[in-house]
Amino acid sequence: MSFLVGEELTGGYGGPDILQGCAIAAERGEITVVVGPNGAGKSTAMRALFGMLNLRSGTVHLDGEDITALAPQARAHKGMGFVPQTDNVFRSMTVQENLEMGAFVRDDDISETLDEVYGLFPALKDKRRQPAGELSGGQRQQVAIGRALMNRPRALMLDEPSAGVSPIVTRELFERIVDIARSGVAVLIVEQNARQALELADKGYVLVQGRNRFTGTGETLLGNPEVRKSFLGG
Amino acid sequence: MALFLQNLVNALQWGSFYALIALGYSMVYSILMLFNFAHGDIFMVGAYIGVGVAFVLIAMASQGALALPPWAILILTILFAMILTSFVGMLVERIGYRPLRAAPRASAAITGLMIGIILETGNLALLGARRIRFPSLIDTTVYEVGGVFITNTKIIIVVVALLLATAMHLFVRKTKWGLAMRAMAFDYVAVPLMGVSVNAIAALTFALGSALAAAAGILYALAYPVLDPYMGILFGWKAFVAAILGGRGSVMGATLAGFLLGFIEIFAAMIFPSSLRDLIAYSIVLLILIVRPHGFFGEPYSARLRL
Repeated sequence: MSFLVGEELTGGYGGPDILQGCAIAAERGEITVVVGPNGAGKSTAMRALFGMLNLRSGTVHLDGEDITALAPQARAHKGMGFVPQTDNVFRSMTVQENLEMGAFVRDDDISETLDEVYGLFPALKDKRRQPAGELSGGQRQQVAIGRALMNRPRALMLDEPSAGVSPIVTRELFERIVDIARSGVAVLIVEQNARQALELADKGYVLVQGRNRFTGTGETLLGNPEVRKSFLGG
Repeated sequence: MALFLQNLVNALQWGSFYALIALGYSMVYSILMLFNFAHGDIFMVGAYIGVGVAFVLIAMASQGALALPPWAILILTILFAMILTSFVGMLVERIGYRPLRAAPRASAAITGLMIGIILETGNLALLGARRIRFPSLIDTTVYEVGGVFITNTKIIIVVVALLLATAMHLFVRKTKWGLAMRAMAFDYVAVPLMGVSVNAIAALTFALGSALAAAAGILYALAYPVLDPYMGILFGWKAFVAAILGGRGSVMGATLAGFLLGFIEIFAAMIFPSSLRDLIAYSIVLLILIVRPHGFFGEPYSARLRL
């Protein structure tokens, strides 16, 4: 069984089911990417894995343990991290306070992890006393990712990390995300920016209307003519 | 000049009551986006619990079970009443507000009003209509400094209020839980992602605010010992005004606004007939709010609240 697995995920936000039995799995040390057209339920699927919506059916397992019934904060305690889409930092709090907030569940010394995050995103170290809201879009994204890393997650989910960020900055951000995955974290990314994301994916899912449509390595999906035509603009 | 200073001393005393109550109002409002209209009644409950605690401690002292000087009994009374009242606050949150967290804000505000009435009339049902006197724990001493009369009670009130307000400020600024409270004031949805329980923060916020209101209740009873079940209503409204005047999310702002309110009231009464006190005072506050709708220290609503 994969490290993080959602199976037969069915449910929505109280209205009609957005997810119609989709399945997603992520391995440690790998990057898993979920792409698909607007409204396919990509972000919803990821929220389902984090316990942010009421599933009507389906299960979520982390490291073999059934966590389907756990609240999001309990999943954070289990070592899951989540980076929400855009406007995702505590803007009136300083960069460092944002990062400290990410380590809320930890009782041990966080200074080493703080150094690691600053090592990964050196720009943040110079701005650590500034309110996070004053940073550029790309740097705010770094704060949001850094904040999730402060909890030393075993599984990290990112909801459209490229949203509101320039292509060059996105490339840099993706390189850092690869670093994070290679350090042994199961990384799951939902992306609108399908081509760029699939290029770094170890595994990719194409969701359509809440169901799995295609699954394969990033390379396979990028090479699949049907995927290219329907989802990657030719 | 002596008259001015005398009024200043009185303003500091009244400001202390307002500031302590305003802090709880402000924190609940900032963190949970909730107008806890029952908060003035929590102040009342705190004063009554203080009476109970004081009687028990005095009885224990007179039977020799507790050899403590009066000032120590006062400190213990404040501490125990704060702890007990914080549980009342958490209970109010659990029963009255938590089930309505996703409900329209108006429903939650109405809940506050109802809880307030329940606390007032519950007190009436429990203790009857007779007024209750707070036991005099310390003898009042009057000091005269340059024509200004200062009592030891007033000094205790102002010092305790400033200590508690400072402690609250430091808690919110310097501790992990304070950090989580500030984070939650900004984004309700994001904090669980960091492993923070929204319910725990809500309970903590109510506990802290209620503890401060209890302290205010006992300090008030030191100066004005006769208590009645409706004593919290006007205080609640005024502290609410101070909380808004201070600005959303600012402990310092609520404290200063509480004191400012005390000053405006006392000096309005110094210049105008005292029957016009609140009319003049709150007309001034209204003007201030028109000029500064976000209060003194509040951020304009840049904070995106996702309820």
